[in-house]
This record gives sequence, structure tokens and C-alpha cells, in this order.
Amino acid sequence: MLTIANTTFRSRLLTGTGKFSRPDIMQAAIEASESQLVTLALKRVNNTAKQADPTLTILRSLPVTLLPNTSGAANVDEAIYAARLARELLGTSWLKLEIHPDQRYLLPDPIETLKAAEVLVKEGFHVLPYCSADPVLCRRLQDAGCAAVMPLGAPIGSNQGLRTIDFLRIIIEQATVPVIVDAGIGKPSDACAAMELGADAVLVNTAIATARDPANMAYAFARAVACGRQAFLAGTASQRSTADASSPITDFLGALS
Amino acid sequence: MTVAQHMLAQNWDDIRLKLYSKTSQQVRAALASPRPTWEDFLALISPAGEPYLETLALKAKKITRQRFGNTVSLFVPLYLSNLCANECTYCGFTMSNRIKRTKLDKQAVANEVAAIKAMGFDSVLLVTGEHETKAGMAYFREILPAITPHFSFVAMEVQPLDTCDYRALKQLGVNSVLVYQETYHPQRYGHYHLRGNKQDFSYRLDTPDRLGKAGMKKIGLGALLGLSDWRTDSAFTALHSERIQNTYWQSRVSVSFPRIRPCSGGGIDAVSAITDKQLVQLICAYRVFLPDAELSLSTRESPWFRDNVVPLAITTMSAASQTQPGGYSEPSAALAQFSTEDTRSVTEVTQAITQSGLEVVWRDWLPGFGCEV
Repeated sequence: MLTIANTTFRSRLLTGTGKFSRPDIMQAAIEASESQLVTLALKRVNNTAKQADPTLTILRSLPVTLLPNTSGAANVDEAIYAARLARELLGTSWLKLEIHPDQRYLLPDPIETLKAAEVLVKEGFHVLPYCSADPVLCRRLQDAGCAAVMPLGAPIGSNQGLRTIDFLRIIIEQATVPVIVDAGIGKPSDACAAMELGADAVLVNTAIATARDPANMAYAFARAVACGRQAFLAGTASQRSTADASSPITDFLGALS
Repeated sequence: MTVAQHMLAQNWDDIRLKLYSKTSQQVRAALASPRPTWEDFLALISPAGEPYLETLALKAKKITRQRFGNTVSLFVPLYLSNLCANECTYCGFTMSNRIKRTKLDKQAVANEVAAIKAMGFDSVLLVTGEHETKAGMAYFREILPAITPHFSFVAMEVQPLDTCDYRALKQLGVNSVLVYQETYHPQRYGHYHLRGNKQDFSYRLDTPDRLGKAGMKKIGLGALLGLSDWRTDSAFTALHSERIQNTYWQSRVSVSFPRIRPCSGGGIDAVSAITDKQLVQLICAYRVFLPDAELSLSTRESPWFRDNVVPLAITTMSAASQTQPGGYSEPSAALAQFSTEDTRSVTEVTQAITQSGLEVVWRDWLPGFGCEV
């Protein structure tokens, strides 16, 4: 079981709500993913006097915990403003903290993210910050009281896979809070690899939402995440660059008393 | 060196020659490149690139879907005024054109806002004409508080202003400003703009820099396709866009593709008309060159064209547009800036979008983001 902020989840796959072509397709994908923690951008929530936001209505009908995110915020003030609004509007203290002033690659701003995390943790939010795969930054976020850290595998939406794998390995090794690999996971094998590495969970959105058959892809991701987790728990055998044949020397060494 | 200074240092004839000399081999290399450069963009929009349209369109579509998902954002233009203190030979608002001039007062604006909100829009583009004294900052300060609280995203198409004015607009709730250079050919620019402040080519060229310095969240660029050779103008626009994006990295670039349309008073014939096929080539080349840019398509284009092009590369489109002040609450075609081709209702446009497998995004911004100065 995955435990974040004293809440347990059976699923280690977090999903999102953006980029789907229709709300019913999104719903089918989330259901197939068995995800229990689903993020949505507060900036997209379109509640009007006449009609509740269709995405929100669907999410409320599913057995999932909402994870509102501050996507679009470019600095600490905007993120804090969005977080407070999310709590007010959605009645939850869960928060995916995203601050990306860079408009091209949407890379997270480490300085603003840490500052915002420090404030929001004190205000009682369960802060899950989207951040660079920087081991020191992840420790600082953890020390600030974040409920988990969400280092990126590659630029968001890029589907490039685990390009930051060497740093993810260090982050996982050092973390005392759950590590959720976010961004860049392009296919189920990437998710599986992250879980084999020891990540506590992964978040996947683009790779599911833009697949030809999102629900089937979501199902595949769920299987891959479970598979990777099982492999991690089983303890993967170490790698070698050559075959491991016995040699005359091995025989000799083995014969020594 | 500012981006505008870099643009002024470019030679029109050299770029034109380079563009028209591109070969099939260079087009194929551009299509195969994982990170296309501006030189690749020139190849993609060149005559040599025309036979490769299908490959280009497929590539553009793939990039668009990956970057933006299966969505397209809708906005609507709100014309605040048709006052103009410029003489531009191609525009229906040009000062010598004897049309009824009007500027919406607070009540008229409230009526328009109510009509637009009833249509479902949450993102609006304010179009002001270009009249510094009658439709300038004093008017905007008076009128914007009646508009910005009702929309999550507010863009403006307004005459070039100083950096401090852009900062003031941000505080008033404006998130994006669009200023088109019309043409990057300085001499031809002079031929089209006969009177008024718009004659100042360099000040207009410097506008995206001032917007970037003011921290405007979205900066709109574009050339009016047909005023000069459309390929060369597009080469300049693309270079300008890329430089602005890289220099003012916290702002986002938006590119539009207006073609010369008939207007009241007749307007002019295009010097270099761009065909439908070439416009698709241009839009797709932009997507490949600037994968993250907002590409916008207006109701100047026909329903058939829009329905087919939007899924390939467009991220933002207008719908049910009225191009005369007061057009939503009191339609009167006599005042329009140009005639629109796609006259479908919002419902019809959203149905067409849904049929092409995309979801309409009405809201993609949190009011309050980007207002700091």
C-alpha cells in the first residue's frame, strides 16, 4: 500500500485529467487505471452558475481523491493563491504544487517551489511538489514538510521516458517521503522501470490521454506499475556486462580450502 | 541588443533569396530533423516544400496532439471601438473611410459582456482600433473594470503602447496583447501606412520587446498575409517569434495567420496571395518549428478550412465573431472591420470540433495569474 500524508492507496499509479478528447473517454481511462489519486488543473475548472464543471462532476462520482494542481502559476504568490482557491473551491487540502515560469518546456522553478512549499505546509496542505530530479532540492522539500516529492523523468508531456534516471536513483535512495516520478513517462515500460528502480508511485497523463485507445493504455499502465513494484520488492538481480561462465580460475579458486 | 534590433539587422532580399533557393533535399532534412531550426522552417515553407505537405501535416498533427492533447481553446473578439487615427490602405477602419464611428460606453460594454457570456465564452479578445487619444489608456482604465472580472482570460489587440502602459494593463486584468507587424518589409510598410502613428515601423517592431519587458503573459505576433511576399514575411515573423520566446522566457508566444479580406471601402488586392494549400503548409511549418507556440485561427477562414486545419496544428480559435462594436447585442454589419467567412454559431462550431475528436477548452487560466507588476 502506498501511504501519503497518513492516507493509504492501493494503486501506485496517479493519473490526470488534461488532454482527453471527451469527458467520457477520460472517465473510462481513469476507471481502467484504477488510480485513486487524480490531478486536475484548477485553472481549467469551469464552474458556472448554470452548470458544474463536467470533469469535476465525473471525478466526484469516482472513488478517487482529488489532487488539484497549480499549473499556470509562475511564482510563489500565484501558487499560494491557487492553492488557497483550490481548498476553498474543492474542499481538499491535497495539492500538487506546480510552478513553471518557463513557457517552453514547463520546467519547474526550484526556488519558487521551495518557498511556496514552506508556506503551504504551514497552512496545512498536503503538498506534493512537481520538481526537477535534483536530490538536494528533494531533500529540502522533504525537510520543508512536503508529503511526497514528484521529480520529473523528462520534460512534462514529452513522453521521453526516464532521462533523469541516475538522479532519480539517488532521490529514491535518500527519500524519507514517497517519491512519485512525474512527467515524461511515455509508455508502460517507462513506468515499470521507475517502479523497478524503487519509486513509490508514478504519475501519467499525456501518455494515456493521447493514446489511440486511452482506456486500454491506462489498463496497460496499471499492469506495468504493479509489475514494476513486484519486481522491486522481489529484488532484481544485479546486471553484468559479460556472461558469467565458470572458468578454470573459478574452478581453481573454488577448490581452495 | 533587443529582439527588434536583431530583426532590423535582417535583410529582406537575402532572406527571400535564401528561402526561394531551398531544395527538396533540404526540405527532407528539415522534416527528418528532431529539432528543426529557423533554416529548416524556411525550407518547409519554401516552394520546394509544397510537394511534402502531407508528411509535414502528419508531423505537425503528431506534435500538436502530444503537446496540447486532444483539445482546442475557444475565444471571442469583442470590438470596443472602430475609431482610428491611422490611414492604412487595406483596413475597413482606416480614418478616411466614411463609416459610422463608434466607441462603446460602459453600458454598451456591459451589454456586450452579457451577450458574450450567454454564449458560453470565458476568454475574450478586446479589439480597440488604433486611436491614442479617444481609445487610449484613459478609456481602457474606464472600461476594463467592466470587462476583466467577467472573463478568466483577457487579450487585447491594441495600438502599440509604452512598457509602463502594458504594466498598467496587466494590473487592470489583461493577460495577453497582440500587435501584428502587418509586413516586415519597411518600404512596403510605408506604402500601406500613409498617416498616423502607425507609420512608425520601428516602434511597432519593438512592441513585442516592450510587452516582454512588462511581463505580459502572452505576446501575439503576426503578419497580414498578402501585403508583401507571404513567405518572406512569415520567415520574419517566425524568427521574431522564436527570438521573443527565447528572450522573454516567462511569456508565451501566439501566432496568427490573417489573410487580407475584403472590407468596407473595398480594401486592396493581395500583392502575394496565399492559397489555402499554402496556408496549411505555413501553419504546419510553424507547429514543427515552434512546438509550444499558440497558433490561432480566426473566423476570417471558411468553416470547411477551419474544420480541417484545426485538428492539424491549431490550439486557439475564435467562433461566432462579430467584427463591429456592439455586434453581439445590436448587430449592424455596416460597421464591420472585415467580413468573416465562418459565420456559424458557437454551438455549430463546438459540434464540429467534437466531431473531429477534440474537446473544447473554455477556460485555461486562473484570473489573478500574471497580474503582478
